[in-house]
Amino acid sequence: MRFVFKTDYDQDIRLLKHSGYWWSYGVLAAILALAPFVLGGYLLSQLVFVFIYAIVGVSLTVLTGYTGQVSLGHAAFLAIGAYTAGFLQSLGVPFIVYFPAAAILTGAVGMLLAIPALRLTGIYLVIATIAFGFIVEEVAARWESVTHGNEGMRVRTVELIAGIRLPRDDAGFYFLCLGTLVVMIVLALNLARSPTGRAFMAIRDSETAAKSMGVNLSRYKVKSFTISAAMTGLAGVLFAHKLSFISPEMFTLVLSLEFIMVIIIGGIIGLHGAVLGAIFIVMIDPFLTLLKDDVPTLVSSIMLAFGAAQETAASVASSIGNIGAAPGMKGALYGLIIIFFIIFEPYGLYGRWLKVKLYFQLFPLYKKATFKRQKTYVKSERNR
Amino acid sequence: MFDFVQQLVNGIAVGCIYGLIALGFVLIYKATEVVNFAQGELMMLGGFFAFTFMTLLGLNYWVGFLLAVMVMALMGSAIERVVVRPILGYPQFSIVMATIGLGFFARSVAGMIWSTDDLTIDTPFSQSVTENVVRIGGLVIADDKVSIIVATVLLCLVLYFFFSRTRMGVAMQATSQNMLAAYYMGIPVKRVFSLIWAISAAVACFAGILLAPSTLIHTNVGFLGLKAFPAAVLGGFGSIPGALVGGIIIGVIEALAGFYLPQGFKDVAAYIVLLLVLMFKPEGLFGLKMRKKV
Repeated sequence: MRFVFKTDYDQDIRLLKHSGYWWSYGVLAAILALAPFVLGGYLLSQLVFVFIYAIVGVSLTVLTGYTGQVSLGHAAFLAIGAYTAGFLQSLGVPFIVYFPAAAILTGAVGMLLAIPALRLTGIYLVIATIAFGFIVEEVAARWESVTHGNEGMRVRTVELIAGIRLPRDDAGFYFLCLGTLVVMIVLALNLARSPTGRAFMAIRDSETAAKSMGVNLSRYKVKSFTISAAMTGLAGVLFAHKLSFISPEMFTLVLSLEFIMVIIIGGIIGLHGAVLGAIFIVMIDPFLTLLKDDVPTLVSSIMLAFGAAQETAASVASSIGNIGAAPGMKGALYGLIIIFFIIFEPYGLYGRWLKVKLYFQLFPLYKKATFKRQKTYVKSERNR
Repeated sequence: MFDFVQQLVNGIAVGCIYGLIALGFVLIYKATEVVNFAQGELMMLGGFFAFTFMTLLGLNYWVGFLLAVMVMALMGSAIERVVVRPILGYPQFSIVMATIGLGFFARSVAGMIWSTDDLTIDTPFSQSVTENVVRIGGLVIADDKVSIIVATVLLCLVLYFFFSRTRMGVAMQATSQNMLAAYYMGIPVKRVFSLIWAISAAVACFAGILLAPSTLIHTNVGFLGLKAFPAAVLGGFGSIPGALVGGIIIGVIEALAGFYLPQGFKDVAAYIVLLLVLMFKPEGLFGLKMRKKV
C-alpha cells in the first residue's frame, strides 16, 4: 500500500497524486489512441457514444455531484446544442464557430433555467427541470423554421477547417469526441480545486453553512447550471454529428433519465463515475442484442453437450431468446438497474472500485462501515 | 361565450382527473414526505387489473372495481416494503430515482403481460353526448365525466376528513414532520408507511378505472402522472383540497389554451404554469409557508 504523505496544500490538490497515476493513465491513453485502428466500425461507434454520454455525465457531476442540484432536463440542453449545430451549419457557419457558439447558447439557457431553480430544492427542482425538458421538446417540434419540426433535420459531416472533413464513423471524429471529453474532465477537475468548485461543494453539503461563510448562493448556483448546460451543449453538437439526423422525439424525458442513470450507476462521488456509467449505459443495447441472438444458441449447445434432450434444449434457448426480445425489455432492465443501484450500491461502480481497492490495501482490517451512509430520520426537507 | 363555458366545463372534467392523480402524490407526500414518481404507473396498473377482472374474468363492474382497488392497495404496501423502506432516511433524491425506476419497470412489465394495445372496459356510465347526459342550461356533460367529477370530490372530502379528524391521519402528519419524534411518541411509523402507500395506490386505482372510458387502458397512461405534477405544485404539495383545485385550474388552463392559443400550447401550458408558480409562489396556493431552520 502506498501512503502519500502530504506536507503542503499544493500536494493535496495535485491532479496526479503519485507516479503510479502516470503509468495507469498513460496505458489508458495509449489504448484509446490505438483503438480506432484496431477496433471495427461498430465498436468504434459505441466508443464514440460512450464519450458523448460521458461528457454529459461530467456535466451532471458538476451540477449534481459538486453542487447538489438535481436536473432531469439535461436532454433539453443536449437538444439545444444539437439544434444550434444543425441550424448554424445549414447557414454555412464553420464548425470552429458553431461548436463554441452552441456551448455559449446552451449555457445562456442554463442560466435562464437557474433563475426559477434558485428558490427550489429537492423535488421541486426535479419537477421544474422535467417541465423545462417538456417545454424545450415542444418548442423543437413546433419551431419549424429552425428545427424542421417533427420531420427532423439532417446534420452534415463536420468540416473542421475548410477542406478537412471528419466523417462520423472515422478515426478523426473519434479523436474529436475523445479530445472534447478529456478537456471537459480536466476542466471539471480544475473546477473542483478552484474556489468556485469549493463553493459548489459547500452549497451541496449545507446551504446554510455555505451562506454563513459568505458564499453567494444564487451566484454559484447560476454558475453551476451555466457550466453544466454549456458542457452538455458541446455534447449535443457531437451527438448531432454522430447521428447525422436529429428530431424532437430523440430528446425526451427518457434520455434525461439515461443521463441521470449514467451518474447513478457510475457513482456520483467522482468523475470516474461519469465515464464508467457511460460505458454501462451504452453497453446495455449490445447486451440485449447478445441476449437475443447469441446466448440462446450458446445455452442450447452447452445443454446438448451435457446430454440434455434436444427438445428441452431448444425450448430453453427459445425462452431465453423471447426474454431478450420481449418489447419493453430495455425499460424493465433500466428500472431494475436504477432500483438495484439506489438500494445496494449508492456510490455506484466507482464506489465499488474504491471499496475493493481499500479492501486490499487494508487487507485484514477492512471495515464495512467505512463507506456507510448516514441515515437521518429527523430532518424534514420541507423545513430546510 | 357559450364556447368558453363549454371549454370551461371540459377543462374541469379533465382537471378532476389531474386532481385525482395529484391526490395520490399529495397523500404520500403529506404522510411521509416521499414523492412517488410512479403514481401514474400505479394508475395504469389499476386500469389493467380492472380490465383483468371485468373483461377477462367477466365480473360485474362494481365487484371488479372493488377487487382491483383491493389488489392495488396490497400492491402499494408491497412496493413500500420492497423498494421504499430500505432507502428511508437517505436523501430524498434516492427515493425519487427509485420510484422513477419503479415506474419504468411497471410500464414495461405491464406491456409484457397485458400487451401494449389499447384495452377497454365496459362501464355503466355512458360516454355519448346525446343520450344519458346531464344538461345544465345549454351545456352538455357526458355521464362518465360526471362520474369523474363526483368521485374526485367525494374522495377528496373523505381523505380530507381522514387527515384532519382521525387519529391515524394526525399520526401520519406527525410522521411526515419528524419520523424519529413520531416514533418516540408511540406512532407505528412502519405501519403508517404501509398504510399510506396502500391508500395512495387505491386512489390511483380509482383514477385508473374512472379514466378508462376516456383515455382507454394503455401502458402510456402512466405519463398522465407527469401532468399531475403541475396540479400538485400549484395546489401546494401536501394539501388535499389544493390537489383538487390545482388539478381543476390546470385542466381549465389547458382546455382554454387548446381552444384560443395556437397549436402546441395545449401540451406545454401546464408546464409553463408550473415554472411560473415555482418562480413566484413556490409554496403553491394552499401550501404552508415554512421558515428555514438550521
